[in-house]
Amino acid sequence: MTSPEAGKTVRNPHKAGPPLWLLAELTYRCPLQCPYCSNPLDFANTEQELTTEEWVSVLRQGREMGAAQLGFSGGEPLVRQDLPELIAEARHLGYYSNLITSGLGLSEAKVNAFREAGLDHIQVSFQASDPELNNAVAGSRKAFDQKLAMARAVKDAGYPMVLNFVIHRHNIHQMNDIMALCERLGADYVELATCQYYGWAFKNREGLMPSRAQLEKAEAEVQTYRQQLAASGSAMKLIFVTPDYYEERPKACMNGWGSLFLTVAPDGTALPCHSAKLLPIDFPSVREMELKTIWYDSPGFNHYRGDSWMPEPCRSCDEKGKDFGGCRCQAYLLTGNADNADPVCSKSSHHDRILAARRAADHATAGIDELTYRNADNSRLFFRG
Amino acid sequence: MPRLRPGFRFQWEPVQDCYVLLYPEGMVKLNGSAGAILNEVDGQRSVADIIATLERQFPDAGSLEGDVNDFLRDACQQHWIEMS
Repeated sequence: MTSPEAGKTVRNPHKAGPPLWLLAELTYRCPLQCPYCSNPLDFANTEQELTTEEWVSVLRQGREMGAAQLGFSGGEPLVRQDLPELIAEARHLGYYSNLITSGLGLSEAKVNAFREAGLDHIQVSFQASDPELNNAVAGSRKAFDQKLAMARAVKDAGYPMVLNFVIHRHNIHQMNDIMALCERLGADYVELATCQYYGWAFKNREGLMPSRAQLEKAEAEVQTYRQQLAASGSAMKLIFVTPDYYEERPKACMNGWGSLFLTVAPDGTALPCHSAKLLPIDFPSVREMELKTIWYDSPGFNHYRGDSWMPEPCRSCDEKGKDFGGCRCQAYLLTGNADNADPVCSKSSHHDRILAARRAADHATAGIDELTYRNADNSRLFFRG
Repeated sequence: MPRLRPGFRFQWEPVQDCYVLLYPEGMVKLNGSAGAILNEVDGQRSVADIIATLERQFPDAGSLEGDVNDFLRDACQQHWIEMS
């Protein structure tokens, strides 16, 4: 691809290192309706998806800049008919490629064809350890059986097996059953990812957030299970992502803004994380600018690099180099200003919003059927107002 | 006989100027000696062969047996490699 900018050198005012991880959100289309989806609420308003040629160019530019890990995500990436072509290109370029999928739309033939094309790893997501709850959360009657079949196909094809469960108040009681299911399936890694409240999950937070008592019980169960795995010599690794709403210090979100991670949204918008689209910041599109110019020089990617943007209490905090003030999206969602300290921090003057969410979680009664499901009809309500 | 765990990939990254180990959603940057050792792990050769090869590559380093064994034990515990 030639562009007017080809060969141009970058200024890189913050001396940023290269992006090592590229997340290619191929599409927002998805057959499932999980109410904790991290896609934007107005995803149905998305402009035309990038073409195959445009994605190939993004992959080439990213690899040239140094990206080594590549995630194919979405939405459900399997709805892209050109996925085999993109996988082959990724392998050719030397990426380690990860397919992050619901398993819907997958078949044994595709699992094997992707392997041939050079895909390194398939991560299958589950919603629960039993079909009733799984299908209720996913908003799909056939999801669970399909997921089980595809998890087995992934294992049989020789991929490393990573299973992902998003954990919330309606499935957190199943922790032991979930871990046992993963062990039966022969998982190498299990991500027990407690809901992070962005996108649809923020909209549904009260109906999703576990109580502290639920969380502590689950943590203890994971700890016990880990000990049993270690005693039996199992290599299955449990990765329990605890919800930051129960922390007193914020997470070092994305390891720092524009530090390692580069996301490209379905319409070509380049983002420092997959949630950043909700921020009132202009992010350039790969359709209008070279990836290296976007990463090193665009105002969007430089917006929160360094620490000169920080107000108090972050500015004078001795932990600012460790957590970078936490998550900009969370600051924006909870305080209305993305510059503020992440309210998870007990030093934040907005920390009461976190405390209120914890109190609400102790008394929440909403059933699964009362959550707002992630689908195009509900999404249109958000951008039509 | 050591070999990389299935699903792991070892490769040179010019931009980072080092060898890395890639696995599902993760990457380890390897220092010079770790990179040199893993570069010889091919699932075909024994630990003794690997040590001999490295000692030929680095004739001034003296005996490498201890260092190589320590690293491979560590890599096994991290589940980066498997012994068969």
